[in-house]
Amino acid sequence: MESAASRKKSEAKPAKLGREVQARLGQQLRAMYDDVVNQGVPDRFADLVSRLDGTDKKDKH
Amino acid sequence: MDESVRKSVLAAVPSLRAFAISLCGNVDRADDLVQETMVRALANIDSFQPGTNMSAWLFTILRNHFRSEYRKRRREVEDSDGHYADSLKSQPEQHGQVEFTEFRKALAQLPSDQREALILVGASGFSYEEAANICGCAVGTIKSRVNRARTRLAELLSIDGVNDFGPDEQTRAVLAGGE
Repeated sequence: MESAASRKKSEAKPAKLGREVQARLGQQLRAMYDDVVNQGVPDRFADLVSRLDGTDKKDKH
Repeated sequence: MDESVRKSVLAAVPSLRAFAISLCGNVDRADDLVQETMVRALANIDSFQPGTNMSAWLFTILRNHFRSEYRKRRREVEDSDGHYADSLKSQPEQHGQVEFTEFRKALAQLPSDQREALILVGASGFSYEEAANICGCAVGTIKSRVNRARTRLAELLSIDGVNDFGPDEQTRAVLAGGE
C-alpha cells in the first residue's frame, strides 16, 4: 500500500522548494562566492586604476 | 578621477571577480573580464551618475561585455555550456576552492541566464529589481530564473529537504555515481 507521505511527495510541484533547502543552497552559494571576495583586490587591479586614472602619483610608492 | 569614485570602483573589484568567475568558470578568464570591464568603466566614468550604485553599474558593464564576448566565442567554440564545464575540469584547484568543486560543477550545468540571476540575487546581494536592471529584463523574469535555478541545483545536488545533507559527503557520492 502506498504511503500517504510518498504519494504526497510524488504529487508535489517540482518548483516548490522548502525554506530549508533554499537556505542550504544559499549558504553554499555565498560560501563559494565569498571565498573569492575574501581574496580582496589583486594588485593588478589597483595598478590598473592608478594607471588609467592618469593621476599616476609621481611617487609610485 | 574623484577619490571617492576611485575608491568605490576598487571596492567593487572583489565582488566583480566572484561574479565573473561564476559566469565563465575560469579564474584567468574572469580576471581578464574584470580588467576589460574596468577599462571600459573608467573610459566612460562620466556616464556614471553620482549617487547611484557603482557596484550595479560595474556589474552591468561586466555582464554585457561577457555576453557579447561569449556570443562571439560561442561561434568559435561551438557549445557554450559544454565549454564552460570543460574549463572547470581543466582548471587545477586553486586557492582553497576545492571544497566548492561539486557546487561549481552543479552551477555549471545551469543555463547561463539562470546562473547569472541566481548569483546576482543569491550571492552578490542585489535585489530582484537591481538584478533585473543589470540583466536588462523584467523583475518577474529574474524571479522565475532564480526559482528555476534553485530547483535545478537542488536536484543536481540531490538535496530533498528531508535528509540532512552533509554537503560534501552527499554531493560527492552523487557525482561519483553519475560519472
